[in-house]
Amino acid sequence: MSDVTRAEICATAIADTFAGDGEIFASPMGLMPTLGVRLAKLTSNPDLAISDGESLFLAGVPPLGSGREVVEGWIPFRRVFDVVANGPRHVMMGATQIDRHGNQNISAIGDFARPSRQLLGSRGAPGNTVNNRTSYWVPKHSPRVFVEAVDVVTGVGPRRAREAGVAATRFHDLGRIVTNLGVFDVRGPDDTVRLLSTHPGVSVADVQQASGFEVYVGAEVPNTREPSAGELMLIREMLDPRGLRYREVPKPEEQ
Amino acid sequence: MTRPRDKQMSIDDVVSRISSGMTIGIGGWGPRRKPMALVRALLRSDVTDLTVVSWGGADVGLLAEAGKIRRLVYAFVSLDSIPLEPLFAKARQDGTIPEIAEWDEGMFFTGLKAASERLPFLPMRAGLGSDVLTNNPDLSLVTSPYPAADGVHEEFVAVPALNLDVALVHMNRADVHGNASYLGPDPYFDDLFCMAAQQAFVSCEQIVDTAGLTVDAPVQRLLIHRTQVDGVVETPNGAHFTTCTPDYERDEAFQKHYARSAADPQSWAAFKARFLSGDEAAYQTAVADWRRSDQHGEKGK
Repeated sequence: MSDVTRAEICATAIADTFAGDGEIFASPMGLMPTLGVRLAKLTSNPDLAISDGESLFLAGVPPLGSGREVVEGWIPFRRVFDVVANGPRHVMMGATQIDRHGNQNISAIGDFARPSRQLLGSRGAPGNTVNNRTSYWVPKHSPRVFVEAVDVVTGVGPRRAREAGVAATRFHDLGRIVTNLGVFDVRGPDDTVRLLSTHPGVSVADVQQASGFEVYVGAEVPNTREPSAGELMLIREMLDPRGLRYREVPKPEEQ
Repeated sequence: MTRPRDKQMSIDDVVSRISSGMTIGIGGWGPRRKPMALVRALLRSDVTDLTVVSWGGADVGLLAEAGKIRRLVYAFVSLDSIPLEPLFAKARQDGTIPEIAEWDEGMFFTGLKAASERLPFLPMRAGLGSDVLTNNPDLSLVTSPYPAADGVHEEFVAVPALNLDVALVHMNRADVHGNASYLGPDPYFDDLFCMAAQQAFVSCEQIVDTAGLTVDAPVQRLLIHRTQVDGVVETPNGAHFTTCTPDYERDEAFQKHYARSAADPQSWAAFKARFLSGDEAAYQTAVADWRRSDQHGEKGK
């Protein structure tokens, strides 16, 4: 399908990261991860548990921007913490920086004691990464995001987890990193970022140029798959009829 | 009939119980159901050198800007629809908060639980491998005395108790004795803040008869019991501009005005003069005036 947009490729790539999760709590942070999770729930994984992002488990799948649905449970923050510790959860967070070893930073840019730019803070990233499967979404892949070493380690990559001991690795499970250019994991040599696929129209060289470290590239790098006609219909007609996805991944003519 | 004691007090009574150097826990979450009337009163007071413990929103931004914070314990400071709290970000970038303790947000829950259970710490995985440990060298690890199935004695973060001198929380309804209910989607951790504190003060939208607390709300809404509470204040619209669902939602327009004003020293001085120079009644009047006039003007700009 030639009219498939990059945003739609990203949405299905995000959905695919939740496809094999089974009956767990999917916690997407932000717009595109929410779109991808809801798409997964309508296609590959109907057992996913999703929330309104506030305090309710939803039985159905509402469009972006709406939380109106049949309610199947109560998930206020204190019970989110219970689930984080208990385990059955896959979170997809953002990352202001992510490094070669899959460490993530959402805390601060520069020296922590006196940052040049204060960000959100550590939020739940340290706990998420040592307790639940954790994936990342990066809407604008650039050398400022894919950095050699993050300024502050909030989300823990596999190497840092290993160095911290068994309690940190027992449930450590870094999933995928989906960006506007491709899909990655952190299973390159010595637990480094590895390119799994490039989105149609993106070359391996494009990815390297947009990264501040050399991304490990295996023998064969396929294109990220395109959404099926059914998935496109769900994205366009049902989940995001207002086109909110283009705020994060603009169409080429809008860039 | 004998009744439990009446704990009603004024906003100023609450502030009079707080002294410089204390550790203050502020309930709610980010920009949700924050005891803002009590925070505004703290801004007006001469109390200083506070340790503030908060899942932070504008409460942290305002106290930081006013120079009230010596030590801040937080996991994030955010206004949700405006991700970065501008006054907090400025304070961090200017280095004006002397001591910073940035934790994982779940560690907060654990630290409050430890304090409420009168334990020095509770073990947790969160923090392992992250710079939370690097940037908080006072956080220690603890080795499990019990072997796991594989024989390993795992090493966890020993999250220290977040012992509070004072807890400030805002609830939807309370009686004069300190029984209090939340009517919105999430209790947050306001009961834990109260139990972790030497003194707990509950502000609320409305004080009702004890029987009134369960007239139109199930008993499970009664999050806080009077045995945990030292004072009750009725502060209508007292969480403004944060959410207090279902009494009111977040005042997004005013929050935008706050964030825009905070971005520039001159407009911030004007904001403070207009909204934060008088008492709580003056604040509420100023907000009502703003809503009638300026908001429409700004929309046209």
